[in-house]
Amino acid sequence: MKNRWNLLWILLAAALIAGCAKKSEPAAVAAKAEPYKVAFVYIGPPGDLGWTHEHDQGRKAVEAEFGDKVKTVYIENVPEGPDATRIIRQYAQEGYDMIFATSFGYMDPMVEVAKEFPKVKFEHCSGYKTAENMSTYFGRIYQPRYLSGIVAGKMTKSNIIGYAAAFPIPEVVRGINAFTLGARSVNPKVQVRVVWTNTWYDPVKEREAAVALLDAGADIIAQHQDTVEPQKAAKERGKLSIGYDSDMRAFVGDTVLTSPVWNWGSYYKDTIGKAMAGTWTTHQYWEGLKAGVVRLADMSPLVPQDVKDLVKAAEQKILDGTWDVFYGPIKDNTGAVKVAAGAKMTDGEMLSFDWFVEGVVGKVK
Amino acid sequence: MMDLITSILTITLRAGTSLVYATIGETYTERAGILNLGLEGIMLMGAVSSFAVVYYSGSLALALLTAVAVGGLLSLIHAFLTVTMRANQVVSGLAITLFGTGFASFLGQRLGPASNGRYLVGLTGPRFAPVDPGALGRIPVLGAFLNQDLLTYGIYLLIPLAWFYLYRTRNGLWLRAVGENPRTADAMGVPVFRAKYIYTVLGGMLTALGGAHLSLAYTPGWSENITGGRGWIVIALVIFSMWNPARAITGALIFGGINAVQFRLQASGTNIPAGFLNMLPYIATIVVLVAITWWETLSKRIGAPASLGTSYMREDK
Repeated sequence: MKNRWNLLWILLAAALIAGCAKKSEPAAVAAKAEPYKVAFVYIGPPGDLGWTHEHDQGRKAVEAEFGDKVKTVYIENVPEGPDATRIIRQYAQEGYDMIFATSFGYMDPMVEVAKEFPKVKFEHCSGYKTAENMSTYFGRIYQPRYLSGIVAGKMTKSNIIGYAAAFPIPEVVRGINAFTLGARSVNPKVQVRVVWTNTWYDPVKEREAAVALLDAGADIIAQHQDTVEPQKAAKERGKLSIGYDSDMRAFVGDTVLTSPVWNWGSYYKDTIGKAMAGTWTTHQYWEGLKAGVVRLADMSPLVPQDVKDLVKAAEQKILDGTWDVFYGPIKDNTGAVKVAAGAKMTDGEMLSFDWFVEGVVGKVK
Repeated sequence: MMDLITSILTITLRAGTSLVYATIGETYTERAGILNLGLEGIMLMGAVSSFAVVYYSGSLALALLTAVAVGGLLSLIHAFLTVTMRANQVVSGLAITLFGTGFASFLGQRLGPASNGRYLVGLTGPRFAPVDPGALGRIPVLGAFLNQDLLTYGIYLLIPLAWFYLYRTRNGLWLRAVGENPRTADAMGVPVFRAKYIYTVLGGMLTALGGAHLSLAYTPGWSENITGGRGWIVIALVIFSMWNPARAITGALIFGGINAVQFRLQASGTNIPAGFLNMLPYIATIVVLVAITWWETLSKRIGAPASLGTSYMREDK
């Protein structure tokens, strides 16, 4: 008697998991030809207003562009690891022509499944492994980060800027360094204080980190996580902030001076278009401001015109290709010269960043 | 130095409030012999429903009532499944967490105004702001207790009340008896089934209030997965506090305070092994678990409910 009930509850739980996890957009109706089927695997919910939200905006841009010639689906909150393998494989088996995975930890699962389905095209965001039918794509978000640093460096009064950071990995360290270089290019007195939360998405912890930074004297808060809580915490204390991922000014208000944001739509439209036309080949896409995959969001009215002009000038140099963020001379925060004057960091060096530039208070551990 | 202690204590109390509500709620539920692993889901549902109500109605009281109702309803399902249907408590609790997490996220994407794409995320509404205690708020240490929102003031009342009820009233004695040995309690004339229902529902209500504290006071507004696993921490906290409401405050403050301390140290430029600090409360929890498993006498003294997790049926031998 009892065992039977147990079984029932397990089934019920299983049904719930299945029911909650999978969402799909209604398929295009009455399409003449079979639509090109594209699936997206997300690490978080599209409602995070950050990382996943921006990928989903890209997916919607694809739908708007191709109409009923393309059918897209997505699955949210997929944990990195075996679950990801299962889900990517399932999409491949269901006949999807192209699959995008949008978190670093999906790399190995995708490599595994890509071997089994040579006809399906796979694209992995932020990784480095490729295959005959698997490409990588990412954006040089450090470029708009540098620009946002200029804004923060000009606008700070206490010369202390707080930076709530996720994990001490090269991607995040690169962002902190670019931001600090930007801030100190216009205000050499600036200190950037870093607090690691060891979370990508924990609204409460990320707020606490911001509050600790405000208590330490910071009057501008920047961050590298997926929630808007640090920005909200700064606003409540009457302080300013810099957003990330999406234009957070829309969600928090004008105290968010600007945000380095992703713009996946152009890339997704381009690569899916090529796949449909049959011209898709394996690639490693890592473009920046010039390609439009990243940009600096519109600035708050609180930012004066002279600051906007400074940003514009730096942006122009990057766009022209005459200069980039990690051109020497660059010192680390112990004072040692890491990049000599006239030298520049290679992509490989940038992808394995494990030291902070001068002006950052904190340690990469 | 005094300032630093006061500032850390202030943030610690604020961070610990939601944990205290949920810990006391779950303590009562477990004292009745019912393990409710649905806490995470119930907290999330409490958070999303109360924020939606406060956003549209502007009434914080109505929002709290909604959270209490939602928490009560979800735990009523748990009580029905585990007490009446005698289903496995672990499975039923997990199902409620899965349902609560998914449904809260769903509501967060559907209940918002059309101007915000139906999203509740990113909106602001009325909130419980810290009250202004005037000159009293500037007294070191004491000020930390006074510079708080009304829900945190609530725990100053709740903790002694919950302790008094459990250890100094007849109903409290009955409750402990139900969790310890339902058969004996039944023979004594205690309405065992009714007690299990009441305290499971009460526990769910308090847990949802904990969730509401997040979306109405601590991190005002709704963001997906706002609890960040706090529902699971509460399960450990109940053991850590050895099923005693008075000790719940210690555990909640330690858990809540660790980040406050650690982030402050980082912000001032000193780095300490954060992983080690984060580990401490869990180690303490494991020590308590091991201790009560090894020494039965100790387990009795601590008050671990002996019938926790098992279904009670009158005719069973």
